[in-house]
Amino acid sequence: MTARPLAVLLPPRPEPTAPRLLAQTWLLAALVLALCAGTAWAQAVAQQTGRPGALAIMLRWAPLITSGFLLNVMVSVLAMALGTLLGLPLGLSLIARTRPLRLLGWGMTQFFRNVPWLVLLFYIMFLLPFELHLGGLVLPVPAWFKAVIGLALPVSANVAEIVRGGMQSIPEPQWSAADSLAFTRWQTISRIILPQALRRMLPPWMNLYAILTMATTLISVIGIQDGLTLTRAAIAAESRPELMVPMYIFLLLLFFAYCYPIARLTLALERRVQVRI
Amino acid sequence: MAHELGSPVVVVRDVEKRFGNYTVLREVSLTVRRGETVCIIGPSGSGKSTLLRCINGLVPISSGSITVGGREVADAKLDVRALRRDVGIVFQQYNLFPHRTALDNVMMAPVIVLHQNPAEVRARAEALLAKVGLADKMASYPGELSGGQQQRVAIARSLAMNPKVMLFDEVTAALDPETKKEVLITIQALAAEGMTCILVTHEMGFARRVADHVYFTDGGVIVEHGTPEAIFSAPTQARTRDFLDKIL
Amino acid sequence: MTGPVVDLFTWINSRTGLNFSVFTDTYDGERFITGLITTVELSVLSMVLSVLLGLAGLWMLGAGGFWRALARGYVQLFRNTPPLVQLSFFYFALGGVLPTLTDSRGAQVPAVSGFGWAVLSFSLFAGAFNVEIFRSGVEAVPSAMIEAADSLGYTRLQLYRHVLVPLGLRICLPSLTNNMVNLVKTTTLAYAIGVPELLYAAAQIWSEVMNVREMMDLLLVVYIVLVALLVWLMERWERALRVPGYTP
Repeated sequence: MTARPLAVLLPPRPEPTAPRLLAQTWLLAALVLALCAGTAWAQAVAQQTGRPGALAIMLRWAPLITSGFLLNVMVSVLAMALGTLLGLPLGLSLIARTRPLRLLGWGMTQFFRNVPWLVLLFYIMFLLPFELHLGGLVLPVPAWFKAVIGLALPVSANVAEIVRGGMQSIPEPQWSAADSLAFTRWQTISRIILPQALRRMLPPWMNLYAILTMATTLISVIGIQDGLTLTRAAIAAESRPELMVPMYIFLLLLFFAYCYPIARLTLALERRVQVRI
Repeated sequence: MAHELGSPVVVVRDVEKRFGNYTVLREVSLTVRRGETVCIIGPSGSGKSTLLRCINGLVPISSGSITVGGREVADAKLDVRALRRDVGIVFQQYNLFPHRTALDNVMMAPVIVLHQNPAEVRARAEALLAKVGLADKMASYPGELSGGQQQRVAIARSLAMNPKVMLFDEVTAALDPETKKEVLITIQALAAEGMTCILVTHEMGFARRVADHVYFTDGGVIVEHGTPEAIFSAPTQARTRDFLDKIL
Repeated sequence: MTGPVVDLFTWINSRTGLNFSVFTDTYDGERFITGLITTVELSVLSMVLSVLLGLAGLWMLGAGGFWRALARGYVQLFRNTPPLVQLSFFYFALGGVLPTLTDSRGAQVPAVSGFGWAVLSFSLFAGAFNVEIFRSGVEAVPSAMIEAADSLGYTRLQLYRHVLVPLGLRICLPSLTNNMVNLVKTTTLAYAIGVPELLYAAAQIWSEVMNVREMMDLLLVVYIVLVALLVWLMERWERALRVPGYTP
């Protein structure tokens, strides 16, 4: 308490949550890991009939499944980037002062938010051409690229909602104050409102990213070799039904290990934002 | 208010209450007899509200003993719910259930908790609401009532359980002077009917008129107690005099 | 199949080449309607089950100890893994491990059908979110309401049933609507395990009739209408629950 001036005026600080957060993360991860390894081991014991043990098989396929999972991650990052890029102007259109623009934005947001992601994916998959002709140039459009677009569309609508919510959470006097200083509407948004709103938009945006990451498994339905497809392929190659449980648990674990920390971080950020308001 | 005073209903003996290192109540003892009206006065934060919450078991005591109708409140084997049926409490912020009408608020606990016949409870609830002057507000939701009206519904809600003793926790503190009066009249009528009442209050005039016995608390201890005359006209302790000088 | 609708779509087909076979061909129409009914059944059953799971989880969170840990584990596990992998795990892995039953005609049938696994999987997924939604709703109920119910002798079940859930529900209804909309959208995943819901039926039709574009457009419209209907119903419910003078 030595070098802290005006200690009495400082608001009570919540204890830092990081150590507990970390402990919980690892506790849960360890739990699922144990479950996974335990199942595999049990299988191995039961299968001592000359064939290789389940654990060995799991280890053999783990790199392949993980590489498929990395494709999921890559698609999620790209779709999030594209979705955010599209969602920002869409969100701004929701608070536009021109009515037709606002209505158009509202219609698009509602549409892409309320249509099943899988249906949109199918739509893009079938209706985008598999190659583009630019003059004499023939550009192939790979399936994963279509998947990115198909996922980015619903993401953009959700980003738009987050942008609108974040901007509207900034108290009205901030707008009036900027008005009275003769800022243009665009200056007010870009210099005053957005910078303040960004902090509040971050937690729901991260939440959306976690949802998107989990939704990337949908691309397996349209035939892309992602984590889920490769897990199924591994199971099919071994043709041993008792391996399905540990194989799927392994894949679930990969997603959990990626998404759970994001969820915890989102929660921590949410709390911090709430404290500051 | 001179009644025939009956047997002790609430007996508090050497009660201590600590929250962590902080002692809220120290060596508090008091006895409330059947039909008696007791007022507890004192500065804010002197532990008055905590004492009330200890009496109906909402807050556990650290040491000492509290009996209500001969039942030991601190007993681990005590049926807390049975105790709370005997002890009604009315809070400063009314705490009515906002999603139910005034009549429902009064009827809910007897029907749900005591499993009494809804038709009989209804008749009793209507009589109680009429008694507190709200015969025309039975179908209103709490949000449609003034603070004083809500507080009177809260009183009726507690009375519907047929308690042996009623606790009032600064029930007029959140009200404006106009509505305050309605509530105080209701409580006075209740006391006159012989209901045993313990009030934590800042209404000195009311305490003087209605109380049979007044306790002055400060810093978690009972500094002085006696008849309203004795406390208000001839306090023996300097702290009591200071307090009364400040607020009267 | 005759009538103005058939005529209209036959005319559209002749003029534009767009083939909405669902409206002009009896067989396709029936398949599509069956798919629609399956989707609605999947949605409604999963909604009901997920709300029950949410309530059970809420109750367990309040019970503390082992139950609380179990509820938390359930929520985190199902919230943070892909619903499609969950469904695959249930249908392929667990369904493969479960013994088969012999039906009345002596054929081997799985103990749980694809439809059954889909309902179970979607309910567990949406239920995990419902636990969180209900928890935040109940946490937003002022603690004074709990104190009031306690002082009237409510048991924990009575407190939840008559005070916390009715009040908390009003607070969290918008989030619940959101989650239920997501659930309807999630039912399309049942396509992956061959449950003949709407998307599956549409895919069957377009792969035979080669009218991908038309079926896709129709799908989008039908899902938008389904979601709009659900939102409309939920908003009606929200209005029905509205209490005068109370804003949750």
